Amino acid sequence: MDFELMINSFPKLISAAVITLKLLSVSLIVGLFIGLLFAILRINKNSIVNKFAYGYSYLFRGTPLLVQIFIIYFGLGQIEYLRTTFLWVILKEPYWCAIIAFALNTGAYTSEILRSAFQTIKPGIIEAGKSLGISKKIIFYKIQIPIAIRQSLPAYGNEIILMMKGTSLASTVTLMDLTGVAKYIISTTFKPIEVFIVAGGIYLFMTFIIHNVIRLLEKKYKFN
Amino acid sequence: MELLAFGDTGWGDELFYATLMTIAVSITAIIIGFCFAAIFTPLKLSKKKIFNLIANSYTTIIRGVPELLVIYLFFFGGSGAVMFVASIFGYNEYIEINAFITGAFAIGIISGAYSTEVFRGAVQSIDKGQFEAAKVLGLSKFAQFFKIIFPQVLRLAIPNLSNVWQITLKDTSLISVTGLVEIMRQSYIAAGSTRDPLFFYSFAAVLYLLLTFLSMKLINKLEIRYSKGY
Repeated sequence: MDFELMINSFPKLISAAVITLKLLSVSLIVGLFIGLLFAILRINKNSIVNKFAYGYSYLFRGTPLLVQIFIIYFGLGQIEYLRTTFLWVILKEPYWCAIIAFALNTGAYTSEILRSAFQTIKPGIIEAGKSLGISKKIIFYKIQIPIAIRQSLPAYGNEIILMMKGTSLASTVTLMDLTGVAKYIISTTFKPIEVFIVAGGIYLFMTFIIHNVIRLLEKKYKFN
Repeated sequence: MELLAFGDTGWGDELFYATLMTIAVSITAIIIGFCFAAIFTPLKLSKKKIFNLIANSYTTIIRGVPELLVIYLFFFGGSGAVMFVASIFGYNEYIEINAFITGAFAIGIISGAYSTEVFRGAVQSIDKGQFEAAKVLGLSKFAQFFKIIFPQVLRLAIPNLSNVWQITLKDTSLISVTGLVEIMRQSYIAAGSTRDPLFFYSFAAVLYLLLTFLSMKLINKLEIRYSKGY
């Protein structure tokens, strides 16, 4: 055990963890909107809209995240037309490519989580809203969405943790996130166990925090 | 399309073998995972606190740490560990372990943590009466488990195990960082030499979709087979 290395690499890994958290939070926020949009499309009665949303979630849940990042980072840059548009400003940066891939990926899983939450809302609740003379729009925004969010909290908590682990793939497109820095230290010192303990410990700590925050939220918004 | 031709002119045959490699790694990994689950599920269900602690730390650590980090640990640490053991026996040359074994083992340990949770849940949701009835019938402990409990556990576990299989299959793409030529690595090589990454990575995505689709069909059949009588 090389304790000196562990202590020396700790600050480097912590500052890398900040990048991991940045990647995670931005892609979660964007992903949540994508997920909500596609969940609404999924419960739409129009079968074309419905199939489109299903196709999106099937595509992103059926392929590895690594393929998705590579297609966006290496693949899209190949299209000559894209290089001339303003999108190129975003797509040439590995940071934004990673975020696009993560957001689309977590969006697909989130849409499934929210869809099942929407579908398990008791029809009586919506009918009660209707009989009170509340407009459809308000029923949707003020009744269906809050209940769906509450019901999907436990599953969404898992998704956040899975996504946090997913951000480690940013290191494959040259980003120095927690895993990227850990790999760099391992490959220069050849002390994999020590670095793994420190980096893994930081990841576990973040998992622990996320897990408990979700538990708190679940308790706070509990209803019978 | 000529990019996918078989033979020397295209990448068809290379990608075909790469797909077989992905399937081989995934199956090896999930079997290794089942072995881990076979060890850790009893520990998790045991009444001894110390056993619970060991099993819980295994599943918590593996499920809270990114797969890629675990793969790096095995990739860089694996040969070191083997060389350390070899040096005890007086062999001091450099030993490199096969990328297949390292990869399958790393993914297997990850998959094992998920399988352990699935099996634990399945055993716990079996009615207590089943255990008691098995005991009352005077069956041996071995028969109690393999003839009565295990078939029921399988029935309950298969739907969740199919999720574990999907995760395992997708995780094998990460082994490409160690240089094992599976779908991702082969696409990377092909994309590099033809300068057509969009095509090859999209094709890789199609291959993965095909694998997940076909395995779902197969698992659904298994599910029906094991739920006979329910």
